[in-house]
Amino acid sequence: QGKFTLLRDTRTDGSFLVHHFLSFYLRAGCKVCFVALLQSFSHYNIVAQKLGVNLTAAKEQGQLVFLEGLKSCLDLVFGEEEEQPGQPSPLRFLSESTSDLRALFDFVRASLSAPGSAACKGPVLLVDDLSVLLSLGATPVAVLDFIHYCRVCVCSQLQGNIVVLVHSSEDSEDEENELVVNSLCHHSDLILWAEGLATGFCKDVHGQIKIIQRVSLQQAGEQDLIQIYQYKIQDRNVTFFARGLSAAVL
Amino acid sequence: LVFTEEDKYGLYSNLLFKYFLAEGIVCGHDLFVASAKEHPDNILKELPAPLLDDTCGKELGDEAAAVKSEDFQDSMKIAWRYQNLPKMEASPTSYTKFGHYYDLSKKMSPELIQSIKWHSFYLHEELSSQPNMKTCNMNGAYTRLLQSLQRTISQGGFDGSDPQKKQKNVLRIGIQGLGSLLWGDDICCSDTPEDVHSLTKFLYVLRGLLRKSLSACIITVPAHLIQNKAIMERVTNLSDMVVGLESFIGSERETNPLYKDYHGLVHVHQIPRLNSLICDVSDTKDLAFRLKRKLFTIERLHLPPDLSDTVSRASKQDLAGSAKLLSSGCGAMAIGKKHLDF
Repeated sequence: QGKFTLLRDTRTDGSFLVHHFLSFYLRAGCKVCFVALLQSFSHYNIVAQKLGVNLTAAKEQGQLVFLEGLKSCLDLVFGEEEEQPGQPSPLRFLSESTSDLRALFDFVRASLSAPGSAACKGPVLLVDDLSVLLSLGATPVAVLDFIHYCRVCVCSQLQGNIVVLVHSSEDSEDEENELVVNSLCHHSDLILWAEGLATGFCKDVHGQIKIIQRVSLQQAGEQDLIQIYQYKIQDRNVTFFARGLSAAVL
Repeated sequence: LVFTEEDKYGLYSNLLFKYFLAEGIVCGHDLFVASAKEHPDNILKELPAPLLDDTCGKELGDEAAAVKSEDFQDSMKIAWRYQNLPKMEASPTSYTKFGHYYDLSKKMSPELIQSIKWHSFYLHEELSSQPNMKTCNMNGAYTRLLQSLQRTISQGGFDGSDPQKKQKNVLRIGIQGLGSLLWGDDICCSDTPEDVHSLTKFLYVLRGLLRKSLSACIITVPAHLIQNKAIMERVTNLSDMVVGLESFIGSERETNPLYKDYHGLVHVHQIPRLNSLICDVSDTKDLAFRLKRKLFTIERLHLPPDLSDTVSRASKQDLAGSAKLLSSGCGAMAIGKKHLDF
């Protein structure tokens, strides 16, 4: 409860982790607010069906609140109706000169603290992915503020969890992105870092995942626990194994 | 969203662009061509002719289009092709055939072009009408393009807004030279451009439009001119497929014996992972292209056979040096030979 998990990917696509967490929390019965900025609803729906979860049903029952960033953006840009006061678009920062993500935060807070969610086991905020906000014109400070507000609301007040995906790379020239990622790394309780193999592309091992449990945050003087596994992604599943022990090698 | 990084002189990326459009015509798709450099009418006149017999090709194309449109539920399909489909996969059977061959020495016949509906957007001819969309601080040219696209999509019924339309069709969008100075964007000129986010915002809205409708889009960008690499990273994240073309013209690789059969390299930086956990990863990532008189082919990069011991050391070292740039075992083999050479 109250944990902030950071999903980070470098040189590869870490979205399989997002799909995993989505189906994991939905199966556990939590109320999930999913801010999906990069892909459409049907993409997640189809993958979730393979993982055994029905997103449409969850949305209808109110267990899942889905913000489809692409659709919201289109509505905002091409929409002809005036925004109703009291229901501003969550992506309002795109069209206005205000560069803060307050509207997005209000949306998150409203969806997770709605009445009736007390029946669920604990709210969860899932974001895929945060780096897109920078591409859309939000400043790094605004993004960090947004995350901070979400942490206060979701983790502390509502005792929920937050899972956020970011892209990063060691020799990246995108300084704003690196700033956000580094800052988030320092504040996370758990970091799952999916990396492409340093030796290049391989058919049987799609990448390596580093699991960092930030024990040092809770107890001063303790070291973070780091575990490294390699993984291979299949159609319905991801298999993890110790380094060098891929099934193709054994 | 297919994102192509142009090669230095734009020759080969232009070819890819034309192939995409030509494939659309042969398959009976509608086209939307946007450019700031060349009038779309001219672009369309220059499309290569399909190699098959015209009527036969069109029938096959119609069948293929019909099969494809049944598969689409609501979202579009981003044509992230791994090995440029119009040229490979020459299976002669009817609807399993994927793509067509094209003959570069002949132009496509005007009747074939007239058989589909196409829309064009030539920046310098577009009136600066009042866009009834929020500009979102985006570049004016991009705004107009988006507006035109959105109008085409909704009027053509590609987004399912007109339930009366029985025959669903696919819209192929080609945008040429995005990000260049001709579109009013200065990211190619300076390291700290005035509006860093114009291109990425445009791509995001474009992505939204594509996801909402039955369309596929290819854009070409002069990536070698963009100084700010952060923008390229963001654009890569926003696209489904990223292909880079590196031509050997004018570079030292032109005379390198390794590459004598080819005109350039194809770098596939990213392939789409849509609607599934996995993506279709092929065995090799070393692809090179060559332009013969009639055909433009993309093949796996083959190293020429290693020369015998009588060859002078200099050339062997050159081979080993450039082989290092290739991934996988080829590099190791050449270097190993160097060490064994006492």
